[in-house]
Amino acid sequence: MTILGIPVLTAITFLPLAGAVVLCLVPRGEEAWIRRIAFGVGVLDFLWSLWLLQGFVVGEAGYQFQERQQWVPGLKIGYFLGVDGISLWLVLLTTFLTAIAILSSFAAVTEKVKAYYACLLLLETGMLGVFLALDLVLFYVFWEGMLIPMYFLIGVWGGPRRIYATVKFVLYTMAGGVLMLVAIIALYFLGGQTFDLTQLAAQDFAPGAQRWLFAAFALAFAIKVPMWPFHTWLPDAHVEAPTAGSVILAGVLLKMGTYGFLRFALPLFPGATREFAPLVLALAVIGILYGALVSMVQPDLKKLVAYSSVSHLGFVMLGMFAFTVQGVEGSLLQMINHGLSTGGLFLLVGMVYERRHSRMIADFGGLWGVMPVFAALFLVVTLSSIGLPGLNGFVGEFLILSGAFGARPWFTAFATLGVVLGAVYMLWMFQRVVFGVVTHEENRRLRDLTPREYAVLIPVIAAIVWIGIYPDPVLRRMEPSVRAVVLRVNSAGRPAADISPALDSASAAASPVAAAAGGR
Amino acid sequence: MPIVIPAIPWGDLLPYAIVAVTATAILLVDCFLSRAHRGWMPALALAGIAAAALAVRGTGGAPGPLMGGMVAADGFARFFHLVYLLVAALTILLSAGYLHREGLEQNEYYALILYATLGMMIMAGSLDLITIFLGLETLSISLYILAGFQRTADKSNESAIKYLLLGAFATGFFLYGVALIYGATGTTRLAGVAKALAEGGGGQGGGLLLPIGVGLLLVGLGFKVAAVPFHMWTPDVYEGAPTSVTAFMIAGTKAAAFAALLRIFFFALPSRQADWVWILAAMALLTMIVGNVAAVAQRNIKRMLAYSSIAHAGYVLVALASPQSPMAASSALFYLVVYALMNLGAFAVIIALTDRGERRLDIADFAGLGSRHPFLGVAMAIFMFSLAGFPPTAGFMGKFYIFSAAVEAGQVVLAVVGVLTSVVSVYYYLRVTVVMFMRDPVGEPAQGTATPGLALATGVTAALILYLGFFPAGWWELARRSARALLG
Repeated sequence: MTILGIPVLTAITFLPLAGAVVLCLVPRGEEAWIRRIAFGVGVLDFLWSLWLLQGFVVGEAGYQFQERQQWVPGLKIGYFLGVDGISLWLVLLTTFLTAIAILSSFAAVTEKVKAYYACLLLLETGMLGVFLALDLVLFYVFWEGMLIPMYFLIGVWGGPRRIYATVKFVLYTMAGGVLMLVAIIALYFLGGQTFDLTQLAAQDFAPGAQRWLFAAFALAFAIKVPMWPFHTWLPDAHVEAPTAGSVILAGVLLKMGTYGFLRFALPLFPGATREFAPLVLALAVIGILYGALVSMVQPDLKKLVAYSSVSHLGFVMLGMFAFTVQGVEGSLLQMINHGLSTGGLFLLVGMVYERRHSRMIADFGGLWGVMPVFAALFLVVTLSSIGLPGLNGFVGEFLILSGAFGARPWFTAFATLGVVLGAVYMLWMFQRVVFGVVTHEENRRLRDLTPREYAVLIPVIAAIVWIGIYPDPVLRRMEPSVRAVVLRVNSAGRPAADISPALDSASAAASPVAAAAGGR
Repeated sequence: MPIVIPAIPWGDLLPYAIVAVTATAILLVDCFLSRAHRGWMPALALAGIAAAALAVRGTGGAPGPLMGGMVAADGFARFFHLVYLLVAALTILLSAGYLHREGLEQNEYYALILYATLGMMIMAGSLDLITIFLGLETLSISLYILAGFQRTADKSNESAIKYLLLGAFATGFFLYGVALIYGATGTTRLAGVAKALAEGGGGQGGGLLLPIGVGLLLVGLGFKVAAVPFHMWTPDVYEGAPTSVTAFMIAGTKAAAFAALLRIFFFALPSRQADWVWILAAMALLTMIVGNVAAVAQRNIKRMLAYSSIAHAGYVLVALASPQSPMAASSALFYLVVYALMNLGAFAVIIALTDRGERRLDIADFAGLGSRHPFLGVAMAIFMFSLAGFPPTAGFMGKFYIFSAAVEAGQVVLAVVGVLTSVVSVYYYLRVTVVMFMRDPVGEPAQGTATPGLALATGVTAALILYLGFFPAGWWELARRSARALLG
């Protein structure tokens, strides 16, 4: 497939970059036009990525729409893009949330408008590249390069402690990333001088090497996820970032870590992955409980949502490291769900902050009477985040917990406590903000949603409800790719006799997926 | 023994001749010109450089050593000649406005830059330790004068004296090393040394002459590249010298000394690899750590870039300490080009954003300048991200090649320390962008005038850094072919 004669994935990835260049050419004063162009580019890119669904072959595990060019022939670095059932949904999530984030900034950002939208669009190119690159160096270039626009977004348009937050964000991410770079180079020499993921993932490396390489990759991804105890950059970055930055950060950037595990760490180092699984699961469960407990005591709305991300991403890791088809599918679906519901929460918090210039829970109360529509939509997103049946969060959490329980009953049992705690802190927060009587006079005059804000929230809520009621189209497209990863992790480097039970459990776990999804 | 005068290959010596003649012409013509016409001298210097660059393209017709084995016009020499000429051209572009502002418009400056360039070219083209020494001295003496060019400023004088005293010691070490190597192997020709060692020679003086001699060479050249522990002079000299001279020293001198190191270690001493690899590895390790850690504490931007230049010398040393990799030499070559471009660009912006009299050089003085001067600000951000090694800039590609060479050669520790110290460097490079874009200006802002020359130098370097970040293949291939000459 091509768009305007350009291969489709390249077109989708670099349209925002082209948009950013166009923005730079618009005269400085024309802010209305800058906003329109940026939003237009965002929507167009979303539509182009939707078009991927059209040509995507359901039932195929491998990479589709592949593009392969030499980039640096001397070192065999390739420009190699492709999309499969795993990355497809993350690409759609990225283009969707970026368009929403652009629209949500129209009123909030009034200074250095041109640079702001240029940064957002550059960031989009970086994120799409991360999800589409199948050459390890190309992946790394997008992975690190994407830090630069995010660094400016937080640092220039952020809150009072923005400089501390943004430098911390960059240093943490970079510290994890550089060791991955060394590991990538080592893989090149171990794996027969290639950076091609499809070739590398077909090899079995020596157990000793696998351990080191897995550790280097896992550190980079664990910081990005973020897994406890590498999460400390996250509350700072989320709180200080502008609303759109928080939306992208929570919605997409954190998924780069979990996606990295699924795309690189698991298939490249299956043996080491199995060895390290108890450690990763332990950290995931600690993250789930710790994030939930810390969320409970946050006085600041944004901080509460930020810590809730630590908890939610713990579930994602739990499902993934169960190594069952059901668990991994739930994990992947929960990545999308978290992007939608946490992105939605940050949007809502941003809207209330624009009106009131405060994010403290104690400053609110009784908003249901003042802003009924806002409160209703807030309720839907809150319930989605908790995992109410009928909304998207339930499907993801259910698949994760049921997929993980058979393989890891104890870890799963503790994780289930997190679901309860999640309901506690979210509902308590909602109660204090929305219910009760108005305790602050200035809250009486708050305006309800504007048409633009409707346009921002309605698509998010539509997606939340759609996945909650009918997740089958999503699950069906991801299943073959997920199954291939699960098979790879469970079988590589094991004698055939040991594999069959693992595979049986994997395929046994798989069938209820379709049943559960279809039956709901 | 009759003295044989070797045939003089004029065509291959033309680049040296053009640079030398242009420099001398500037000195002579300047005396006879009225003040009004002296402004043409930078243009004359640039024309000479352009002519020399064209002449470089015509050299190397007959491969092999020239002048009885003293110099070469091989790919290695030609690569570095083009690099030095590019550095000299960019230096002249960013000097004109600076000299005018500081009231230093004396055309000897351009002559000295060209003489220094000539010295660097001789170093890269040498196949004999004595010729390397001649080039080193030509370079050094020009730089001693240039460092003190701001005669009325104390700091500039301090810089010149320090550089002269320590530099004289360093060249002394170098020369003594040459003498000891001659004693051990009976020759100063690099090819002769290599041959003697390969045949099991070099054992004169109880076998101690050679290692001591090589060690002394390493001291002398280590001083020029500012490798730890021979780096102490760097911050003071780079801070005190006129800013345009600092740019030239950071970008050019280091490339020249590394060219000599590569010739000596990769071409003359490969048979003793096991003996010297660990020394270079230890130096690389120390240099990366000390340079990066010390840079964190700096407030003055010239001092910060001085320490950063130490750190970058460490990265190049990583390549030198990985000779088992076929990529080692070429990755060093590629990195030196990238390194020169990043620093020249950064110094062009610094010159544009500071005031007369070397004031406002604290990093804090750059507050808010990113939004006030978007072109310079964005360019500076590109240079800083490239120095820190972020993709998609050339700085990332350069480091990527070097660390690939290190991993291939089994120097994984060096690669790991290299990337971790890069994270440290992110902190101090980012601080410049933090100050420029995320803080509001304090007090009266600096004049901040980008003369056409400065703007051109900034634009060219920034564009090249992005270009090499996206499309490194062409220049990498060039570096690879050029490094092949070292294999003999």
